Amino acid sequence: MPKLDNKITKGFDVRLIGYYLALVFIGWMTIYSTCCIQGVSLPVFDFSQLYGKQMIWIATSFVLATVILLVDGRIIQHYAYFLYLFCLFLMVLVLFIGAEINGAKSWIKIGTFSIQPTEFMKFATALTLAKFMQEGKTATQRRYMWIWQFLLIMIPVVVVMLQHDAGSALVFASFIILFYREGLSNEFIIFGIIAAILAIVTLFLNEIYAIGLASVAFIAIMVLGRLQRKKYVRNILLYALSIAFVFSVNLFYEKGFEPHQKQRIDTILGKTSDPLGADFNLNQSKIAIGSGGLFGKGYLKGTQTKLKFVPEQSTDFIFCAIGEEWGFFGTLVVFGLYGALIFRILKLSEKNRNPFVRYYGYGVAGVFIVHFFINIGMTTGILPIIGIPLPLISYGGSSLWAFTMMLFCFIKFNDN
Amino acid sequence: MAQDDSRRYYVILVFLGILLGLYTIRLFNLQVLSSSYKDKAVKNAIREVTIHPARGFIYDRNDSLLVYNDAAYDLMIIPKDIRAFDTAELCRVLDMEPQEVRAKLEKAAAYSKSVASLFKQQISKEDYGYLQEKMSEFPGFFVQNRTLRSYPQPIAAHILGYVSEVDERDVENDSYYAMGDYIGKSGIEKAYEPVLRGVKGKEKKLVDVHNRVVGDFAEGTENIQAIPGTSIWSTLDMQLQRLGEELMAGKRGSIVAIEPKTGEILCLVSSPNYDPNLLVGTARPKNYGKLIADPQKPLFNRALQAAYPPGSTFKLANGLIALQEQIITNSSIYSCSGGGYRIGSHVVHCHNCGGLNIYSAIQRSCNTFFCRAYYNILSNRVKYKNIDEAYTAWLEYMESMGFLKVFNTDLPYELQGRIPSAEYFDKKYNNSWNGNTVVSMGIGQGEAAVTPLQMANMLAVIANEGYYIRPHIVRAIGKRDSLNTQFNEKIYSKIEPRHFRTVLQGMKQVVTGGTGRGAQIPGIEVAGKTGTAQNPHGRDHSVFALIAPANDPQIVVFCLVENGGFGATVACPIASLMAEFYINRKIERTDLEKRMKELNIK
Repeated sequence: MPKLDNKITKGFDVRLIGYYLALVFIGWMTIYSTCCIQGVSLPVFDFSQLYGKQMIWIATSFVLATVILLVDGRIIQHYAYFLYLFCLFLMVLVLFIGAEINGAKSWIKIGTFSIQPTEFMKFATALTLAKFMQEGKTATQRRYMWIWQFLLIMIPVVVVMLQHDAGSALVFASFIILFYREGLSNEFIIFGIIAAILAIVTLFLNEIYAIGLASVAFIAIMVLGRLQRKKYVRNILLYALSIAFVFSVNLFYEKGFEPHQKQRIDTILGKTSDPLGADFNLNQSKIAIGSGGLFGKGYLKGTQTKLKFVPEQSTDFIFCAIGEEWGFFGTLVVFGLYGALIFRILKLSEKNRNPFVRYYGYGVAGVFIVHFFINIGMTTGILPIIGIPLPLISYGGSSLWAFTMMLFCFIKFNDN
Repeated sequence: MAQDDSRRYYVILVFLGILLGLYTIRLFNLQVLSSSYKDKAVKNAIREVTIHPARGFIYDRNDSLLVYNDAAYDLMIIPKDIRAFDTAELCRVLDMEPQEVRAKLEKAAAYSKSVASLFKQQISKEDYGYLQEKMSEFPGFFVQNRTLRSYPQPIAAHILGYVSEVDERDVENDSYYAMGDYIGKSGIEKAYEPVLRGVKGKEKKLVDVHNRVVGDFAEGTENIQAIPGTSIWSTLDMQLQRLGEELMAGKRGSIVAIEPKTGEILCLVSSPNYDPNLLVGTARPKNYGKLIADPQKPLFNRALQAAYPPGSTFKLANGLIALQEQIITNSSIYSCSGGGYRIGSHVVHCHNCGGLNIYSAIQRSCNTFFCRAYYNILSNRVKYKNIDEAYTAWLEYMESMGFLKVFNTDLPYELQGRIPSAEYFDKKYNNSWNGNTVVSMGIGQGEAAVTPLQMANMLAVIANEGYYIRPHIVRAIGKRDSLNTQFNEKIYSKIEPRHFRTVLQGMKQVVTGGTGRGAQIPGIEVAGKTGTAQNPHGRDHSVFALIAPANDPQIVVFCLVENGGFGATVACPIASLMAEFYINRKIERTDLEKRMKELNIK
């Protein structure tokens, strides 16, 4: 049984709570707006509407947040592995009894509500990783720790991929930020950057250009790096690996993606354009945001969103409604709040003497960062369309609950 | 933790900062710098709907409705908004073939991707109801309300004209029109197009992604109301027109009746004719093709476009000129004997009328009298140096009575008629001709050819004792009593009023005791003149000219029945019945009416 903590009132980071409340409020306002039809204002307490349901999610989230702030943080830490396994169990269960929404089989229906275990898994993984990393003390344990960390992330990724939810799978890559902070070798990062560049060049142009680019880089490194002879072998190996990678890119692209995903990638790379067909959603999304101008069309006055030109406008594409009705000014407010939230988490994590809090904080920040940049990136045409929600703003109980728990656990841990 | 690790905290912060900065730049670019998205959003959400005003009605002079509007629905498409739809379903709803649908789509796309094109015209009310429910399945399609002309009486088709879709030339000439609009193509519809059409309105509608109209843009403040077309009152007397068409049924020819004091056309019959309802809506092209191919030429407006030899009715004009030129006085006597007027071996036949003055010459339609009078006009060497001058002077008289020109009022396609010039005869007879060479024109035969309208106008000149008002077909625009004053100028002939009284007296005698006794109407004094127009292609045309009542003319009637034979037999009773009905509003001679209606001349 949770036992009451005596020192609740002091030390909770008020700023984080403030950012949280602001984002949730903006989210609800925007969901209300997307539900309205042009020129008609709807009663606020209509629980058959999305905004009415979101009100329930917000209220229950507040309850959750309060509970988290009241209980002893050690109890949450104590049940971290159990939570991880429980979420994993639910995710596997989804594969068998799940409901399919928008092509992803990632929902469990309970009566009229559906929950998405993957959302909670992000929280559970962050918690479990932090606990696990804190526990690894001996040298032997440390040596093999990366295998466990890798497994802890890859298991949910595999299950999520089986659910055809590529977006959520990508979110689990966010823990790279945590690992980087905790000493991940620079070479991994360099490898990653080289691989990304080569992959984009291969897809955008072709293998010849990619190999050419790799060769030029290799020769440059060899010439400039003549002094450090001992790295010869490493560079040659890297070069060979690059060429092998280049040739595998197209194969992976062809086999690894669904046709609609390939289409989305091609659109972002500028290889295809079909604004009335496959790119309709992206095109309408850009029109919605772009037509907002400096100060927007005014609350409840967006035509793109009111007239349903933008798809999924209360969930994944909710930023369109903000961009359209509040303009660049609204964009700045949302960016500012997210920036402040993320930087605040990172700062508090860095400052905290307790490594567990830092591990957990970097994990949470990573999840927010990836969600934010992918979501905004896809609505504005920077990234291919990857369906993940905008944390705390998008409609959805699972997402809101999970992010609330994630954030308030951090607030709680940070205070302890 | 190691120093290296906390340095990485800053690397992460910088990396995030840069990323956030790039995103902000991207958003600034998208929202503030590029302006095209605003237009795109507007184009997405706002559909400009043209509101076509109802065309003005057309009434007759007694407020009877001649033309009104029926509701119709046009299916329009905006090619850029079209998404994949169930072609089979659309074909079923519209009763069209798939290849027709495809062809229409291609044509519309070729015209404009973003401007609405007509897809199917005039959908019935039933189909419209069904289609309205299914509209959301066919994005890019929408229905526009239109009006169709409708005619309560199947009469006056030639005068009313018809309305049809604009062609490319109409659109080029007048920026008011867009493809798919309707325009008056002939008759009153064409002459009064700017009045009848009204002013198109524009409504900005909000449509959602499924192409459903959800409301007005900006609460309708940017909508422009359509202004309905203005109604018009024609000079026609609907009942008289209908009677005229019934009387001319089964015959070819024309009746033109004018109110002489105003120049208002009371009826303008051209037979054979057609039901104006045939040229309305989707059946129009098919029916038009049929009418065009009809050997009886029902589309041909004989009253305005056919030039006939006027026959003996022309003697009235020549008598007037002879009086004015003082060739004769109203007591001059010419004698008619020896079978007619002799020019060498050629004889213009007559009935040995004996000596007669102008009154009895008109009464008996004496060829000899008018040949001699005409010859004498052209041989007046005291006044004119030569035949050319004398003939040209005669032509000028004719022109002053409304011949040799078009009235150019609000009537469609008038023919000018043909009376040759002096130069024509100079050339034809190698400068050696005289009054006898062309003497047959003195009695309305030979080279002269005039339209029924011109003849009716000449009667109006006689009735008005010297002037005419150009015949026209519309008397009021907008309000019943706002008279159409653009044609009310009196145009005087070159003949003094007293001579008209002489001729009118002769015309009275025609009816009381001459060739036109059949024109007598109980209780009304009638003046008339028979005519038999020689027709080289077959039986002569029967012609009659009538003025009634003779002492205070309210109506002049000119009637010509092709191949009707003597003027007295067909044209005379028809013209008389017309005048009787117009003045008395009823016909007592019902047997005659019935006989004339049933008479068939082919």
